[in-house]
Amino acid sequence: MPAGKSTMSKVCTLTEAIAEHVHDGDLVFCAGFTHLIPFAAGHEIIRQGKRDLTLARATPDLIYDQMVAAGCAKKLIFSYIGNPGVGSLRIVREELEAGRLEWEEYSHFGMISRLQAGAAGLPFMPMNQTAATDLEHSNPNIRRVKDPYSGHDVITVPALNPDVGIIHVQRADKNGNAQVWGILGEQKEAAFASRKVIITAEEIVDEEIIRSDPNRTLIPGLIVSAVCHVPHCAHPSYTQGYYDRDNVFYLNWDKISEDRASVKAWLDEWVFGVKDAEEYWQKLGVETHARLAVKPRFAAPVNYGDY
Amino acid sequence: MPELSYTASELMCINAARLLRDGDVVFVGVGLPNLACNLARRTHAPNLQLIYEAGVIGARPARLPLSIGDPTLVSGAVSVCGMFDIFSQYLQRGNIDVGFLGGAQIDRFGNINATVIGDYQKPKVRLPGSGGSQEIAGWANRCYIMTPHQKRRFPEKVDFATSAGFLGGRAQREATGARGGGPVLVVTNLGTLEPDESGELILTALHPGCTVEQVQENTGWAIRTAPVIRATEPPLESELKLLREELDPGGIYLKGS
Repeated sequence: MPAGKSTMSKVCTLTEAIAEHVHDGDLVFCAGFTHLIPFAAGHEIIRQGKRDLTLARATPDLIYDQMVAAGCAKKLIFSYIGNPGVGSLRIVREELEAGRLEWEEYSHFGMISRLQAGAAGLPFMPMNQTAATDLEHSNPNIRRVKDPYSGHDVITVPALNPDVGIIHVQRADKNGNAQVWGILGEQKEAAFASRKVIITAEEIVDEEIIRSDPNRTLIPGLIVSAVCHVPHCAHPSYTQGYYDRDNVFYLNWDKISEDRASVKAWLDEWVFGVKDAEEYWQKLGVETHARLAVKPRFAAPVNYGDY
Repeated sequence: MPELSYTASELMCINAARLLRDGDVVFVGVGLPNLACNLARRTHAPNLQLIYEAGVIGARPARLPLSIGDPTLVSGAVSVCGMFDIFSQYLQRGNIDVGFLGGAQIDRFGNINATVIGDYQKPKVRLPGSGGSQEIAGWANRCYIMTPHQKRRFPEKVDFATSAGFLGGRAQREATGARGGGPVLVVTNLGTLEPDESGELILTALHPGCTVEQVQENTGWAIRTAPVIRATEPPLESELKLLREELDPGGIYLKGS
């Protein structure tokens, strides 16, 4: 029976979840488009010394820059390798330029279409032509088929089915029913496409809270293997309504990643030097906490009706 | 009236803002395109619909967004959807009027390189890659490109066509069946370039104080000029004031030269 089908509580620590579900050589998808990037899970993977991973994300972001720097990755699947809002993703870029890291590249739509196919149980996804063909000619996984109805070519990408998807959410119950608001990115597709799903949540709430607003549930517990309570998991990215993006850190990483000695020192201090996400958050200090705090802005309640 | 001083970024941003029509549905990127769109929304185009590739529709950012997925885009927006929906139901379906593009290289036919300088397998410089730009260039009804005018940025042919302009000419793009109209105008710090009937970019307007010679010096091919070269209206004090005091008070994107 797959882990997701169990009716027992799936709650465990992030350390346990990574140890049990992430293995050397796995294809790992840490989801989140700018929002809800599960940095704490990336750091735990680094601490546990996982190796030869294929890391897939539309925007590898700092989380994969750090994991590549720590030697966890053998290959990257991506569609945009920048430090969002800052500039270059230095470690990834150096490793690609030096030929030390394998890669497979798509456009954003190609990348997300791979997940969509994986999530829907389809072998591939068709897309309309964009007129640009250089990426298609550079990546043998981007192909064409004839639309059997019109006879015109459509572009295809194969399904992506990660071994493990790691999805950070605002709140989940102990069975893994997970609710998300704010930018939704590829969270849902990544979860349904993955063979195993680890949910990290800002809050673990009673099932009744989830059931009070079923439309907000993006990921159902039935596909989830593990649920971890990891407040502030997304720092230096953000969780809508909980804390802001740490743009200062995104800028700092640009300097830290200029040389490998300072990257190693950073990893030693902020990843290997702390036990878990809680210790990392406390180490950031009260000034950072205050800087990232957000004022509340509530939605109007909706009436589901009492039938 | 004393002459106003402004940076190249402010000049490009203001000229880009003026291209937007009230009611346009715009696919917005961060940085200068975001400022141009919000400037237009605060001036002549109050009904501009801002759509961000992170999946935010009808955003009204209360502060300057510092990333494509800044939380300020979400609070107060009309709708939020996933990335697959934004690229399929909005872009691919044909619901986007305007896209903004930039890149390391733009060539004679408006093709854009954001992927590599040199060989793809063994790149001299590895650039960020397409992100959403391949689809924006393919499927938005009109595309505008904003970039500083430098020779290395305007080669005759791009090293890698990340996003399509007119390929080798309008007929070639049309033959692919891509739904969008392709690049309509390139705004630089010297003036504007527009495709002629063949799809080749030609000089159509100069900013105050700029010359045809400057444009030629900073373009990698023998650039042709329109029969009549227009002069763009200088930035207005009111436009500069909005940009500097409200939209980018820290000068994060506008400081550039």
